[in-house]
Amino acid sequence: MTHNLVLRVVSKTLIPLIIMFALYVQFHGDFGPGGGFQAGVIMSAAIILYTLVFGLDAAERVMPPMALRILASLGVLLYGGVGVATLVMGGNYLNYTVLASTQIAGQHLGILLVELGVGITVFAVMLIIFFAFAGRGRR
Amino acid sequence: MKGHLSLLLVVIPLLAAPVTAALTRARLAWAIAFAVTTACVILAGMQLWAVLNDGIISYELGGWAPPWGIEYRIDELNALVALIISGIAAVTLPYALLSAEQEIPEDKLPLFYSAFLLCFAGLLGITQTGDIFNVFVFLEISSLSSYALISLGQKRQALTSAYQYLIMGTLGATFFLIGVGLIYSVTGTLNMADLAQRLPELTHLKTVHTGFAFIMIGFALKLALFPLHLWLPNAYTYAPTVISVFLAATATKVALYVMLRVLFTVFPEGFVSTTPASELFILSGIAAILSASVYAIYQANVKRLLAYSSVAQIGYMALGIGLASAMGVTAAIIHLFNHALMKGALFMAIGAIIYRVGACRMENIQGLGRQMPWTFGAIVIGGMSLIGVPGTAGFVSKWYLVLAALEQEAWITVAVILLGSLLAVVYMGKIVEALYFRPVEETNVDVKEAPMLLLAPAWVLVIANIYFGLQTEPDRRGG
Repeated sequence: MTHNLVLRVVSKTLIPLIIMFALYVQFHGDFGPGGGFQAGVIMSAAIILYTLVFGLDAAERVMPPMALRILASLGVLLYGGVGVATLVMGGNYLNYTVLASTQIAGQHLGILLVELGVGITVFAVMLIIFFAFAGRGRR
Repeated sequence: MKGHLSLLLVVIPLLAAPVTAALTRARLAWAIAFAVTTACVILAGMQLWAVLNDGIISYELGGWAPPWGIEYRIDELNALVALIISGIAAVTLPYALLSAEQEIPEDKLPLFYSAFLLCFAGLLGITQTGDIFNVFVFLEISSLSSYALISLGQKRQALTSAYQYLIMGTLGATFFLIGVGLIYSVTGTLNMADLAQRLPELTHLKTVHTGFAFIMIGFALKLALFPLHLWLPNAYTYAPTVISVFLAATATKVALYVMLRVLFTVFPEGFVSTTPASELFILSGIAAILSASVYAIYQANVKRLLAYSSVAQIGYMALGIGLASAMGVTAAIIHLFNHALMKGALFMAIGAIIYRVGACRMENIQGLGRQMPWTFGAIVIGGMSLIGVPGTAGFVSKWYLVLAALEQEAWITVAVILLGSLLAVVYMGKIVEALYFRPVEETNVDVKEAPMLLLAPAWVLVIANIYFGLQTEPDRRGG
């Protein structure tokens, strides 16, 4: 598909928009519909579109498999780390209230960080699964 | 602080899993996994101690009060099960170092340890939680990771057996979820303690009965209760040896724990007797003991033989539940504990032979007993415990089971228990005969005793079998 000029141009304009929308869904998730899971899927859709148009090798230069593996772990650790932080700050596990000076600020910060963790892991795992299937028979 | 204890037991392995997944060095991943499981044994021991001294521990996750928030609720039963799981995991890991390095490709090892820790965290989570939906979540964590672990076996059949387990396990989990949903639709709560308060006035509803049936069938699938056991022999046979050891000693035990919890904590007293559950437990227990033991006798693959024997042993536990008396349930719980010890020891000893000769069919292992005396000793003592010879742990649980059956004058059950022991003599005798009395294969003449690192964990479990066989005070094992 490397010679298909229209597709290349259109997807190049679309991919940044998709990523923007993913970030919007991610960080607006606590006010409206959305959140980490949806955002992660949308974000990975951007890379999947890139892969379909520019090929697997180019995509793996953008997102090396080892980086994905670390990202997948990082998201879970961010989620769990928030819980550990609340433990250290004297609350129960994942009691966000203790994270900031007021209850509302604490709950807000906590859910934002936890959802970010979900987003990162979902993004990475979606791509790992996609690359695993797309790369079948290459080796 | 006590509450944090019960939480850390789940969180530490859960967070260690992603760390090991991001590593590339296998030995480092192993070291982390070993440190985590050791820490969990200590925590689980402290937790059991705290529960025995000060009663039930309740922990509110996120600071949300139950029944709205998720609650971890620990009493003697789940503190004991958590200790069994952590103990077996901690004994399995030193064994894994050599065994897994031989059976699993180097680059997959960090992911293997990661999946192991996830499975461990999931099983601990199921035992710790007091929220019935949370049970489902942890069940999925432990099941999905165990499918991946089984599929890492050396033979290609490992893939199909993992797939078979995946289908059956998913069916089981779905049934459980449907059951929970039905119960939720009439009670409006998911907290087990809260359910126990609301269910007594609703037991006349068909919805509650249907939900109960779904939950029981769902966990009967996970427990591999006859006739829903068909995934188990393949899964245990083709899984990497370490995983056979770990799953045989823990996964079915946790499923049994959930059954006990649902039957005797969540549903009100006397509810079970309004359903045919007890009769079904006894029927399938009897069928499991007889048919699986006979199947075991005809197996040429030793791992498969032990897998069928596991199905039979699960039958004993089902009998204990089916008798529905204090003595019967005590017997089931003690057998749960003892079976973890004996099957763990036996799978480890067979694994030591696999480590040396690379296979475990009867013709591969014959005559090796004289060249591997310590491994052979472990198999003999583990087998005696499985049969129920006095002085071993297996005797104690069968004794209680027979007492429970005699209490209700269930003569057929008594006869089946004794017949099952005789069949166990036959199939364990087959292994011993092959190992000791047959000439050794020419290719195996130079085979030496297994390395210390494999023998020591197996013997820890063997000695535990003898210790708990002589230490017969029931109150010492939470019975």
